[in-house]
Amino acid sequence: MTAQDSSRTSLQLTEEGQLRHFLTLDGLDRALLTDILDTADSFIEVGERSIKKVPLLRGRTVVNLFFESSTRTRSTFELAAKRLSADVLNLDINTSATSKGESLSDTLLNLEAMASDMFVVRHSQSGAPHFIAESVTPGVAIINAGDGRHAHPTQAMLDMLTIRQHKGGFEGLKVAIVGDVLHSRVARSQIRALQELGAAEVRVIAPATLLPRDVEALGCTVQYDMARGMQDLDVVIMLRLQKERMEGALLPSEREFYRLYGLSQEKLALAHPECIVMHPGPINRGVEIESAVADGPQSVILDQVTNGIAIRMAVMSMAMGGQMAERNRQSAARKAP
Amino acid sequence: MSVTTKHSSPDLILVGGRLATNGEVTTVVIRDGKIAALAGPESRQTAERTIDVSGCLISAGFVDLCCNLREPGNGQKGNIASESRAAAHGGFTTLCASPETSPVNDSGAVTNLILDVAAKRSSVRILPVGAITRGLEGELLSDMAGLSGAGCIALGNGSRPVSNARVLRRCMAYAQTFGLTVMFSPENQALAADGYAHDGLVASRLGLVGIPEVAETAAVMEMLLLAEETGVRLHLSQLSCARSVEMLMEGRRRGIAVTADVAMHQLLFTGNALSGFDSRFHVRPPLRSESDRQALLAGVREGVIDAITSQHQPHDSAAKQAPLAATEPGLSTIETTLSMGLVLVERGELSQQQLLKALTEGPASVIGRRAVIEPGAPADLCVFDPAAVWTPAASNLCSAGLHHPFPSKSLPGVVRLTLCDGVSAWSSESV
Repeated sequence: MTAQDSSRTSLQLTEEGQLRHFLTLDGLDRALLTDILDTADSFIEVGERSIKKVPLLRGRTVVNLFFESSTRTRSTFELAAKRLSADVLNLDINTSATSKGESLSDTLLNLEAMASDMFVVRHSQSGAPHFIAESVTPGVAIINAGDGRHAHPTQAMLDMLTIRQHKGGFEGLKVAIVGDVLHSRVARSQIRALQELGAAEVRVIAPATLLPRDVEALGCTVQYDMARGMQDLDVVIMLRLQKERMEGALLPSEREFYRLYGLSQEKLALAHPECIVMHPGPINRGVEIESAVADGPQSVILDQVTNGIAIRMAVMSMAMGGQMAERNRQSAARKAP
Repeated sequence: MSVTTKHSSPDLILVGGRLATNGEVTTVVIRDGKIAALAGPESRQTAERTIDVSGCLISAGFVDLCCNLREPGNGQKGNIASESRAAAHGGFTTLCASPETSPVNDSGAVTNLILDVAAKRSSVRILPVGAITRGLEGELLSDMAGLSGAGCIALGNGSRPVSNARVLRRCMAYAQTFGLTVMFSPENQALAADGYAHDGLVASRLGLVGIPEVAETAAVMEMLLLAEETGVRLHLSQLSCARSVEMLMEGRRRGIAVTADVAMHQLLFTGNALSGFDSRFHVRPPLRSESDRQALLAGVREGVIDAITSQHQPHDSAAKQAPLAATEPGLSTIETTLSMGLVLVERGELSQQQLLKALTEGPASVIGRRAVIEPGAPADLCVFDPAAVWTPAASNLCSAGLHHPFPSKSLPGVVRLTLCDGVSAWSSESV
């Protein structure tokens, strides 16, 4: 581990190893990831009650700062915060108004001055939540709700929760991630989570134009041919394909992509019969996945959404706990002679 | 270091220091801005001012082929006074000033303005590099002969590409007509696109937009072929890739009049420096892999790469305070360039001779000058203590840019005295 890696780890953990920001899965060990999954499991039950609230964040202010638009992620974060009894402020910030770093910093400092306790940040630039946690408002717990191509750690963790529910664990699992890995923050976080939790193999299936440089060095195997890539799979995760990829000369057409890399019933039949189908959404039916598969018996796509609330409750409550412990430690240190 | 004053004809005598070139204790006698004589340690010459520089090495003043002074137009990032003082603190006595100012240095009038300000406020010699295309836009030729007449020592396009190969070819042919040197930082714009990091493992892991090596190597190849055809003197500035060094060597073998430089930070760091999203290390070209770093070092050792530059780019703090992709590229390096080089010497990656050659004679010869210590040469000297250490901090740096690569780290090599034309541009006693 390089010096930078260890500084990044310590950025999101307290000295006691508690989560205080949630920026990336890099540097979080299996025990902590499992702790997040177990905590989320305990919150699933809350969602099934008639009164779906616990008082863990009562009196705390959570600001959803979305510099990039989102419907589902934002609403699940909002619901999660409300179920934890926090006060929630939603801000959709036009990125063009804050394209300069200075005004991004200013926006955040102003919100911090309103005594916010937690920022849930989505940003189009990789590393933006890291920048905020390190340089702008280190006293506010930062939860990464997706940054550029870098990370979407709550999405990856809700996917892990879904896999654990259906497969019982991760040992021996063969998992494929199919589609636009290059531009996907979800894929990067999933690869890291699957490896840390002990999956046997993480395969990426895509044409070379949609794969990052040296992707094997991230610990994946690469498969250009989907039929071959589907062999013995326990889990197949489809990624959303953005329309812009055709304009950027990365792909010829949606039709060709669907023919080669779309998940049809025929291709799914090549996998293990118990293989589950996942998608972080929103789905492009007929582009990366056939409707019959998305709505079929092997699809767990709606479970992912349900689990999203529980995972976000887990991460928010854990990070707030760490942040409070850190504040107490610092104020105790100030009072000490 | 002690200063004594006596009445005699030379202006200044340095005693007790060793010449960096041969390691011998030598008395350097300076008169009228020139080196008047070199004598052994037993010399009894006296001068109005005698400085004891025992324990120090005396090198020719460093020559920087790529430095951004930010004046005119970007006063919030630095100016000629602040950055030339920083250069003197770093041991530099000659700076080639990038044409990337505001307005761009694409006319004799801007060149004159820079030289006027330099004459009044600069601690060191400033040699402007003129813009080779109007407005650095890569479309129309600038008044190259006029720029040269006004004092530009070479022509280039700053960090901006000339993406149209036909324009590039004509730039070279026109410059060749007047015997001018062209300096380009090779980057194929279409391949670099909106990238800001080396296209390698760190970029893949952190989801940074990569600039592949081929963005540089394709441009190097194109430029070498065009230089071969037009016969222009080509200087490739700021190489970052192993393959570029190979192509440079091959170009030399073919008889192409090509020289090259590398930024000091490319010799010390790799793309791993970005692994904590550290915006200071957002530089262009990006920091690349360890094998690239090794090849660049070998290039300097073997003299294939003529010069090490500071690629000094001072910024205001806001330019670096943003998510990585939104920050401006560049490090503030001119005050730590020597120390970074001495770190390489400590590690055994460069010899002291190779380092100092690449900071003096190497770059000087690229612009048709000399940087030597001999009687009759200008008294441009850097006197430094290679064993002393210092810790760069806001309180001891002169540059307006504080984003240097080693915050609060102890570094080898303290510049005690910098003389430009025999005049003290920096003295550690003045701090």
